[in-house]
Amino acid sequence: MRSAAHSETDPMTDPTHDAPLILGEHTLSSRLLVGTGKYASFEETAAALELSGTDCVTVAVRRVNLDESKGPSLLEYIDRDRYVILPNTAGCFDVESAVRTSVLSRDLLGTKLVKLEVLGDKTTLLPDPVGTLEATEELVKQGFDVMVYCSDDPRMCVRLAELGATAVMPAGSPIGSGQGVLNPNAIRIILELVDACPIIVDAGVGKASDVCAAFELGVEGVLLNSAIALAQDPLRMAVAMRDAACAGRQTFLAGPIPKRLYANASSPTEGMIAGTSLPSEAGAS
Amino acid sequence: MFWDDVSGHRAPLQHTLKIVLNGSPSEVADAMVVAELIEDLDLSPEQVAVEVNGELVPRTERAARQLLEGDTVELVTLVGGG
Repeated sequence: MRSAAHSETDPMTDPTHDAPLILGEHTLSSRLLVGTGKYASFEETAAALELSGTDCVTVAVRRVNLDESKGPSLLEYIDRDRYVILPNTAGCFDVESAVRTSVLSRDLLGTKLVKLEVLGDKTTLLPDPVGTLEATEELVKQGFDVMVYCSDDPRMCVRLAELGATAVMPAGSPIGSGQGVLNPNAIRIILELVDACPIIVDAGVGKASDVCAAFELGVEGVLLNSAIALAQDPLRMAVAMRDAACAGRQTFLAGPIPKRLYANASSPTEGMIAGTSLPSEAGAS
Repeated sequence: MFWDDVSGHRAPLQHTLKIVLNGSPSEVADAMVVAELIEDLDLSPEQVAVEVNGELVPRTERAARQLLEGDTVELVTLVGGG
């Protein structure tokens, strides 16, 4: 069971302190994971990553374009000493291609960390549950640290954690849809049921409030790409997402007040000056 | 392939192998190894990974792995993605 950090650290000594996010052999200060797709340029990608404060960036594995005159590579814009690079299997619709892509990415980067996606169809890009389970099992067997993109089905998340996933990453809503976390109750149940690894909301966020809301639920991280890359001003949105992650996480750790139906005065009700009375008392007299 | 030139003499022969490279039919020099293919294509060896017939050719084996007639080769790199 997750608990707010007031049990882990003394807020009186440092209320800005937070435990790091641990993914396999990597320790991250920032809990925002940011994708590198869809930016206008590599320069913009690099600037947005920097402003987002992220420590972990996702990349895709694709055929080398042999026709194009060679331009610079994305890798020249990502400082590997600064960021953990998380290769994905985006675009894979079956177990075999997802495993092959993972094997290629491990050889390319020398990292055993991989973000597994086994998708069902091109319209929804929703994860195929059976393929996702099978590929997770195979990749764990091959020694990968597998961060699994999956649906927000709590039992699915339990099964993935049992298979040894390094992180379970339910979608808030479909990839790139900007709909935010559509089923916060499912995320809450997932957080209750899965102890073994971090829960990271992957996909669907559009606004800072979506990121904030996800962290307020207690998730350990949020992974996003389009929300920054396709914003009208990606650099400003990167800043917004950085701040939202911080605000949401801090809110969770701080422990928000419970919601109540009626008001609860912040100012003392005693010691009012003579002549004032409550409306109900005035009406009764 | 063997072609007679216009003078009726056999042209000098360059043996080549037919392979499928990133989905397209391609010809490479006979006895070429994977490391040479990467060099021939002017790619940075550290920025690519190679699969031959669906199996990874680890970077430590690129210099030894010869290409054979009919091989299917995939050359991949990292691109922006989420």
